Amino acid sequence: MATQHSRTAARIMMAPAVTLLLGWMLVPLIMTLYFSFKKYLPLRGGDLGWVGFDNYVRFVSSSAFWPSVTATLIIVGGVLLITICLGVLLAILLDQPMWGQGIVRILIIAPFFVMPTVSSLVWKNMFMDPNYGLLSHLWEFFGAEPVQWMSQAALPSIIIIVSWQWLPFATLILLTAIQSLDSEQLEASEMDGASTLRRFWHIILPHLSRAITVVLLIQTIFLLSIFAEIFVTTGGAFGSKTLSYLIFQRVLESQNVGLGSAGGVYAIILANIVAIFLMRIVGKNLDN
Amino acid sequence: MARAVSSRRKSINTALAWGIGLIIFFPILWTILTSFKTEGQAIADPPIFLFFDWTLENYSIVQERSDYMRFLWNSVIIAGGSTLLGIIIAVPAAWSMAFVPSKRTKDILMWMLSTKMLPAVGVLYPIYLLFIKLGLLDSLFGLVIVLMLINLPIIIWMLYTYFKEIPGEILEAARMDGASLKSEILYVLTPMAIPGIASTILLNVILAWNEAFWTLNLTAANAGPLTAFIASYSSPEGLFYAKLSAASTMAIAPILILGWFSQKQLVRGLTFGAVK
Repeated sequence: MATQHSRTAARIMMAPAVTLLLGWMLVPLIMTLYFSFKKYLPLRGGDLGWVGFDNYVRFVSSSAFWPSVTATLIIVGGVLLITICLGVLLAILLDQPMWGQGIVRILIIAPFFVMPTVSSLVWKNMFMDPNYGLLSHLWEFFGAEPVQWMSQAALPSIIIIVSWQWLPFATLILLTAIQSLDSEQLEASEMDGASTLRRFWHIILPHLSRAITVVLLIQTIFLLSIFAEIFVTTGGAFGSKTLSYLIFQRVLESQNVGLGSAGGVYAIILANIVAIFLMRIVGKNLDN
Repeated sequence: MARAVSSRRKSINTALAWGIGLIIFFPILWTILTSFKTEGQAIADPPIFLFFDWTLENYSIVQERSDYMRFLWNSVIIAGGSTLLGIIIAVPAAWSMAFVPSKRTKDILMWMLSTKMLPAVGVLYPIYLLFIKLGLLDSLFGLVIVLMLINLPIIIWMLYTYFKEIPGEILEAARMDGASLKSEILYVLTPMAIPGIASTILLNVILAWNEAFWTLNLTAANAGPLTAFIASYSSPEGLFYAKLSAASTMAIAPILILGWFSQKQLVRGLTFGAVK
C-alpha cells in the first residue's frame, strides 16, 4: 500500500547509500581504466603519455604473469578442496548427537575470528619455523627431516594457513544447511536399510549442493584477493606470488602504475566472472 | 519418532568431535600459552605445554615497545566508526527497500552486492592517490570511510533480510491508526528491528577489525590498527615468540569473544541470505 508520498520518502532514504556506493565503484574504476592506458611512473617521470593497449600486452607477456596465475589457481583450488571436503565431513559430524556440542562449535569456529596477520605470523613462526616450529618438532619426533616450510613449500604453507582460516566458515554454512535437512527423510531411508554411504551420496550431498556452491563462490571471491597471508609470510617469494600480489607489487612497490592498473583490470574481469554465478544464486533466492 | 541413538555411538561422536575441535583450536591455545612463557621456554626443545613459569612480562614489554594501547584505540575507532557510520547510512536504505519495494529494488540490491565483488587490488592505486591528494593517507578518518564503504553492501543486505521478516501488516495497522512516518519508524519499526541491527553491528565490527588489505596499505605510524601492529612483528629480531604471542593474544582476544556471540549472524551476513 505504498503511496506516492512514501515512494518519494523511500527514494530520499536510499539516496545516500546509492550515491556513496556509486561513487566508490565508479571513481576508482574509471581511474584504473584511465591509468591502464598510460605509461605512468610516479617516481620516474610521472605521466609519460598514452600507450594504448601496451600495458595489457606487457602485463600478460611478463615472465611473472603465468607463474602468478598458476600460484593463484593452486592456492584457490587447494583451499577450496580442503575446506569444502573437510567442511562437509565436519558439518555431518557436528550434526550428530554428542555431549558439549556448543563448545566444540566454538572451538571450530574460532579461527575465523583471528585477524589474517596474526594467523599468518603464528603459523609461520611458531608452527612452520624449521628450527623452533612445533611442526618441525613433530617431524623430528617421527624421525623425519624437518621441512623448510616457507622456502621449500611456500604454496602448501599458504594453503594450510588460509584453509585453517576458512574451514570454520565452510563448516558453519554447511552445518546450517544440514540442519535444515528433513530428518524424517533420513530416518525413512535408514529404515529401508540404506547404508551410511548411500545416504550420504543420495540424500545429504544433493541437499548440500546449493550450500556448497555458495561456499565455493564466496570463498573464491575472497581467496582471489588474499593479501596479508602472503605479505607477512613470504612477501611473494618462493613461487607464492599470486595475481593480486603481483598487481600490488607493480603498483606500490615498483610504482609502475600503468602496468599495475592493466593487471587490476584483468583482476576485476576475473572476479566479475565468478561474481556473476554467485549473484545468480543469490538473486534466485531473493525471488522466493 | 525420536531417533534412538546408542550411547556408544554418542560417545564416539563426542570423542571424535572434541578431538578435531581441539586440533583446530590448538594454534590459538598454543599462542595464548606461549604468551605467558619466557622467551627461552617458548622455544624449548621438547616444547613445554603447561608446566612453565607463568609470567606476564611479555605483555608489559609489548606495551612498552610498541604502544599497544594506541593501536588498540585505532582499531576501536576504525571498526566502531566505520560500522556506526555504515548503519546510519544503511538503515534508511534497507528500510525503504524492505517496506516500499519498487520494481527496481531487486536490481539495486544485486548491484550493491556486486560492488562488494570489486577486487581491492584493482582499485588500490586510485584510492591511494586520492588519499594522498586529500591528505587522508595514514588518517583514522580516511580508513573509517574506506572500511565503511567496503562493508556497506553487507550491512544493507543484512538489514534488508532482517527487515523483510518484520510483518508489513503491523506497519499498515499503525498507518491506519494515523501514525506519521516518523512515529512509525520510531515506535513501531525500531523496537522490532533492534535485534537485527545489533547482529549487523556485531558482524561488521568483526569484519572491520580483521580487515587487512586497506589497513596495511593506507596506514603508517599514525593511524595503524592492530593488523598493522602485528604485521610489524613479521621481521623479527632475536628471540620473539613469547612477545609475538602476547601481541597476538591482545590483538585477537576482544574480537574472539565478540565472535562467539555472532555465529548465527555470520552465516546470514556472509552468504547474503543465500543460506539460512
